[in-house]
Amino acid sequence: MKRKFAATKFAAIVSLWVCAATAPLMAKDILVAAGSGAQERLQEALILAQPGDTVVLAEGKFVLTDGLSLDVAGVTVKGAGPDKSVLSFAGQLAAGEGLLVTSDNVVLRDFAVEDSKGDAIKSKGADNIVYHNLRVEWTWGPKETNGAYGIYPVESENVLIDSVLVIGASDAGIYVGQSRNIIVRDSIARFNVAGIEIENSFNADVFDNVATKNTGGILVFDLPNLPQQGGHNVRVFSNIVAENDTPNFAPKGNIVASVPTGTGVMIMANRDIEIFDNVFEGNGSSNIMVIGYRQAFDDAQYQPTVRHVRISDNAHGKTGFAPQFDGGEMLAAAFGGSVPPIIWDGVGGSGASIVSSDEVPVLNLGLTRSDQPIETAQPQLAKLTGDAAPKLPKIVMPEAMEAAIR
Amino acid sequence: MRIALALGCAALVISAAPASVRVNDSVILDAGYPRALSEYGFFTGQGVASPSAQLIGYNLQTPLFSDYAEKQRFVYVPDAARIRADTDGRLDFPVGSALIKTFGYGTGTAFRPIETRVLLHRASGWEALPYVWKSDGSDAELKLAGTRLPVSVTPPSGQTQTISYAVPNKNQCKECHSRAGAVVPIGPTAANMDVAPAYIPAFRNRIDWTGKTPLGTGPVWNDAASGSLDARARAYLAVNCAHCHNPEGSASNSGLFLDAQAAGDPVATGIYKRPVAAGRGSGGHDFAIAPGDPAQSIMIHRMRSTEPGVAMPEVGRSMVHEEGVALIAQWISSLPAR
Repeated sequence: MKRKFAATKFAAIVSLWVCAATAPLMAKDILVAAGSGAQERLQEALILAQPGDTVVLAEGKFVLTDGLSLDVAGVTVKGAGPDKSVLSFAGQLAAGEGLLVTSDNVVLRDFAVEDSKGDAIKSKGADNIVYHNLRVEWTWGPKETNGAYGIYPVESENVLIDSVLVIGASDAGIYVGQSRNIIVRDSIARFNVAGIEIENSFNADVFDNVATKNTGGILVFDLPNLPQQGGHNVRVFSNIVAENDTPNFAPKGNIVASVPTGTGVMIMANRDIEIFDNVFEGNGSSNIMVIGYRQAFDDAQYQPTVRHVRISDNAHGKTGFAPQFDGGEMLAAAFGGSVPPIIWDGVGGSGASIVSSDEVPVLNLGLTRSDQPIETAQPQLAKLTGDAAPKLPKIVMPEAMEAAIR
Repeated sequence: MRIALALGCAALVISAAPASVRVNDSVILDAGYPRALSEYGFFTGQGVASPSAQLIGYNLQTPLFSDYAEKQRFVYVPDAARIRADTDGRLDFPVGSALIKTFGYGTGTAFRPIETRVLLHRASGWEALPYVWKSDGSDAELKLAGTRLPVSVTPPSGQTQTISYAVPNKNQCKECHSRAGAVVPIGPTAANMDVAPAYIPAFRNRIDWTGKTPLGTGPVWNDAASGSLDARARAYLAVNCAHCHNPEGSASNSGLFLDAQAAGDPVATGIYKRPVAAGRGSGGHDFAIAPGDPAQSIMIHRMRSTEPGVAMPEVGRSMVHEEGVALIAQWISSLPAR
C-alpha cells in the first residue's frame, strides 16, 4: 500500500502562481511536492489559495510536524490517489487534528491522512463540503491512543462523504456531528470503535457502505447539552454491516465506550429513522439495537428516547451469539442460545412507533425509562407491526457538490 | 487606495529619519501581507526596545499562558480615531488600529523577542499575522505558515529545558481569535487591561469612555488579593480557554463554554459535563469538571498533558502551566460535589 517516496530534485519546489491581491482572474493549480519543508510549504499554499484554486498534492509522503488548516472558501485539495499522496502526522507535535477545514465549498479528494495524534480530518462550520476518495488510517491498527475521529465534519450544512476508507479511529471512523443534510456512501469503515456515526444531526442518508471489524458498525446517536440536538430523519440502507467484532478500545468517558462489541446498527435517542435493505452478518451482540440515552443528564430540552423507526427488508445472518452487554448471556440463554437480531428497549411502548417487518425475532426489553437498570428489564419477544411515520425523502446534495466528484 | 498608497510611501520616506518613527497607516489598512515588521513603523532600532511614540503599552491582569513567554503588548490607534468601550467593557477599536504583541524570553533589558503577532483592523475586518525575529534582532519576517524554533525556557519552579516553540500560522491565529467566523481581539477588555501609568494619559486620550467598567479591575489569576478563588479561576479559564470555548468560537460544537456569559448553566461550564468528541482527551474520566475531584476531571487531565490530541489549548502550549493547573485544581476541589 505504502510506497517509499524517493526525494527528487523537485522535492523542495513549490510552484505558486500567485494572483494579484485583487479578485482572482482565473482558478489555478498550486502544486505542492513532498520532501523537506513540506509543513511550511503546504500550509502556506493552503493560506494563499484563492477561491476556485486547487491545491495539488504531488505523489509522495508529506512528513508533517503540525496540524494543517484551510480557511479559504471554494478550494479543492487534490492528491494523486489515496495510496499515493500521503499526509503523515506520525511526528505531529501539536494541534487537535491533522487537517482542519473551516471554510465553505471545499473539496477534499484523492489523498490519505495517516497517524494523526488527534482527529484526522475535521471540517467545522464548513458548508457544502465534499470528502471523496480519501484514506484515513492509523497504520498500526486499533489502539486506544489513536485519534478519535477519522473524517469529522461538524456544524455544517450539506456534507457529502463518498468513497472513503477509514481504519483505526478510537471513536468513530466517519463521524458527522451537529450537521444537516448529509450523505455517507460507498465508503468502508473497519477496525474503528464506531464505523460510521451520525450524531445530533438532521437529514442523513447512509448507504452502500461496508462497516466491518469495528466494535459497532453504524451508529445514529443524540447526546444532551449540545448546541444542536434532537437528531432525526436518518436513513441507513443498502449497507453491509458484518463481523463487527473488534473489542471496544474507546477511552472511557466517551459515549462510544458503552457500545457493545458486536453491534451492527445502533439507534440512540433519535426520531424518524429508517433501516432497510442492509445485509447483516456475524455481529455477535445484535444486528439492530434501538435504545434510549442511558446516562443521567441535566438538560430540559433533551429527548432521551427513540421514536418512529421503520425496519424492513434487511438480511440477517448469524448474530447474537456473543452478546457483550450487561445481561447479554442471560438473554441468550433465555432465547435459545443467542440474542435476537433486533433489540428495542421498549421505552414509550406502542406510542414510540417502532416498526419492523423483517422476518426475524425482535426482543423488547420492556423498559419504561431509558436509564432503567437492565437487571430490572422484562424482556420478551415482540412483534413490531403497525404503521410508522411516512417514508423519509431522499437526501439530495447541491449539484455542484456531485459534479465535483464526477 | 492609490492616494493611501502614496501617503504610505511618503510616510516610509519620513520614517527613514531616525528618532521620528511614525506608524505607517496604509500598511495597516491596505490589503496584502507585509513581508517585514519594519514596514509598519511600530518600532525603531534593534528589536522592540524602542516603540513608536504613537503606541500605547499595556499588560493584562490575567494573560494567556504561552510556554512561560514574556509578552510585550501595544495598541495603536490612528490619529483622530478613538476606541469605544461598551457597557460590558468590551473595546471597539476603530478601523486602522493595530494590536502588537511580542513574545520572547528574559525580562527588562534582557528581553529577547522571538516573534511579534499583529492584529490589524482593516475595513474588511481584523487580520492576524505572525512575524518571526531574525537572530540579530534587526527585523522580523512574516511567517504565514508559522514555524518552530528551539527555545530554552526556565519555568518558575523547575529546570531549564529546551522546547520546540511554535509560532502559529495565520489560520491558527484565527482559530483562537475567531467569533462567528470573524477575527477579533481577545485579551484587551477594559477589566482585563492593565495600562502602565506612563501610558494612561495617552490611553485616556484615545478612548471614548461610555461604559461603567473601570479599567484594570479584573482578577489577577495569581494574586489572591485581587479576587476570590472562584473569580480568579474563572478569569484564568476565560482568558486561556474561552476564546475557543464559547458559543461562537472554534470549540462551539463541544458545548463546553467557559466565557463569563455561560456561568449560569453549570453543565455548559463543565460541571458534570460528559465528553463529546474528546477521544483519548477524556483520559478515562467521565466529566470535564468533577466537582471536588480535580484528579477525576478531564479539564485538569488536558491542562496537564502536552500530547497533541489531548493537550488543551490545542495550539500555543508545549509546556504545562503548573501554576495555572494548581489554581484550577484548587478551584475544582472547592466546588461542592452533588
